[in-house]
Amino acid sequence: MSVRDVMKKRRTSRLKESAIKAFFFANGVIAILVLIGVFGLLLSTAIPAFREINILEFIGSKKWDPTSPEKAEYGILSMIVSTLMVTTGALAIAIPVGIGVAAYLSDVAHWRVREILKPIIEILAGIPSVVVGFLGIVLFGPVIAKLFHTSNGLNAANGSFLLAIMALPTIISISEDSLTTVPLAYTEASLALGASRWQTLVRVKIPAALSGIIASCMLGMGRAIGETMTVLMATGNARAFPHGFLDSIRTMTANIAIELGEVPYYTTHYYALFAIGLVLFIMTFVVNLIADIVLHKFQEREL
Amino acid sequence: MKKWLSIAVIGLSLALIPQMSLAQKKMIQVKGSDTMVNLVQILAEEYMARSPKQALAVLGGGSGTGVSALINGTCDIADHSREWKQKEIEQAWEKGVKPRFFIIAVDGLSIIVNERNPIEKLTMAELGAIYRGEVKNWKVVGGPDKPISLYGRQSNSGTYVFMQEHVLGNKNYSMDMKEMNGNAQIIEGILQDENGVGYVGVGYLFDSSGNVRKGLKVLKVAKDANSPAYSPLDKTSVDSGRYPVARPLFQATNGKPSPAVADFIMFETGPEGQKIVEREGFFTIGAAHRESNEKNLR
Repeated sequence: MSVRDVMKKRRTSRLKESAIKAFFFANGVIAILVLIGVFGLLLSTAIPAFREINILEFIGSKKWDPTSPEKAEYGILSMIVSTLMVTTGALAIAIPVGIGVAAYLSDVAHWRVREILKPIIEILAGIPSVVVGFLGIVLFGPVIAKLFHTSNGLNAANGSFLLAIMALPTIISISEDSLTTVPLAYTEASLALGASRWQTLVRVKIPAALSGIIASCMLGMGRAIGETMTVLMATGNARAFPHGFLDSIRTMTANIAIELGEVPYYTTHYYALFAIGLVLFIMTFVVNLIADIVLHKFQEREL
Repeated sequence: MKKWLSIAVIGLSLALIPQMSLAQKKMIQVKGSDTMVNLVQILAEEYMARSPKQALAVLGGGSGTGVSALINGTCDIADHSREWKQKEIEQAWEKGVKPRFFIIAVDGLSIIVNERNPIEKLTMAELGAIYRGEVKNWKVVGGPDKPISLYGRQSNSGTYVFMQEHVLGNKNYSMDMKEMNGNAQIIEGILQDENGVGYVGVGYLFDSSGNVRKGLKVLKVAKDANSPAYSPLDKTSVDSGRYPVARPLFQATNGKPSPAVADFIMFETGPEGQKIVEREGFFTIGAAHRESNEKNLR
């Protein structure tokens, strides 16, 4: 092979490399551009709402009735509280159960059981939300009504329960992955020091896998907070301020879904719906930011 | 490997979407009232069986959705179970849409409760007070000492607006009302809720054999405390206007309907269509409605 050939080969491979680099760079930039675009659109469509609505009233009032024949009201406090309620409720159920199942799968279950169970759990994530919502109406609703002696089961408890089911596969799958990737040496060292398997799991493996577990919970929360169809079907959508998990609630997502289809374009009501979307966006952004900070704190401590 | 497979499937289905919408172009698009969607669906099927060249697609979504679709030009016929609001008519004119209205059936809006509820009838005033949230216990209207659990439609529903205008006296609904996503969900709720009360189109009350669905009770409604109460199941009292919450079901087109659309509307309002209307539990249109329909077809 002559020198020239080698040079040529190098040049093409360098060209190839920079092309690949550019491709991945473009992908990263597109993701950021899309995010900025969505945020910009949301912001520009939401802001006109505050020409006619006082922003403090928007956030602080419990009354939402834009199509009222008496006086249009734009207060989203009840919806913010409702959204937070179902999400917290869902996580309160899903996180302990999810981590428990993940620990079982990674540490207790026979490998054959795990090989069968894990794909099944992941299929659970693929159930369409309308189907889950329907289960809420015909199955969980009546059960909740019977358990708590209420006349119906279309309430926040039902929504929390369904959202927990929807968040579970994410939490289990990612937590289990991060538990399995904890180096075997950690476990062996812990066991060799005389710790029981329970102590090893709780004090060594779970802390070591914590960043993955927290990430899974955050993803689960993302699923729960943004879920629309399920809560729309199963929580009753009453606009009143909720006083407990047995009250019917209307989440921010459900409200947007209900009203965006019929709202006359470019009216205050239309802009107000986008403003709700903006509030929801900010809420999830803050949650993710906090999760990120917490995650960094943990990783620093590990080092 | 699995990932690539799913990406391939998604990609393929995305590639198919434009072709599907292309195929739909020749169809007559009907959209709107959830109360009417089953009825119009069946009318469309029977019509297509007769004239197989013409395809129709019938979608629900609520009267408001249908009206705004007609204004935005995304459907040919809008189903609506209430009259157009002033705002909507203004918007339509702004966009150059000149709606023409046709009445294809009459609905006796039915007030339903669970069969275990002993109550049999309500007056319009009582009904309004219940839905405004002023009366919160069945005891007040002659029932058992139990809280009333309200079921209603969402604000994109013509039934929601019709109730608000004709029963609630243009006042606000109670904030405690559970707003359900369609007639079927209200029925599902009432079947399970002993204290529930809901309103649905008469066409939704029946099971496949034509009887009122088990577990439901349809209330009689009286105009005021001094007049007798009538049931929406009784055809003569709806036809004669004695049942106080009867309402016409409309279809709207943009300007004079095209020959294909006109042919379908003629089928719906003609004897064959009206037979289907009756079979589905709704009521047939009277002479006055028929006359205005014919005028609008020209």
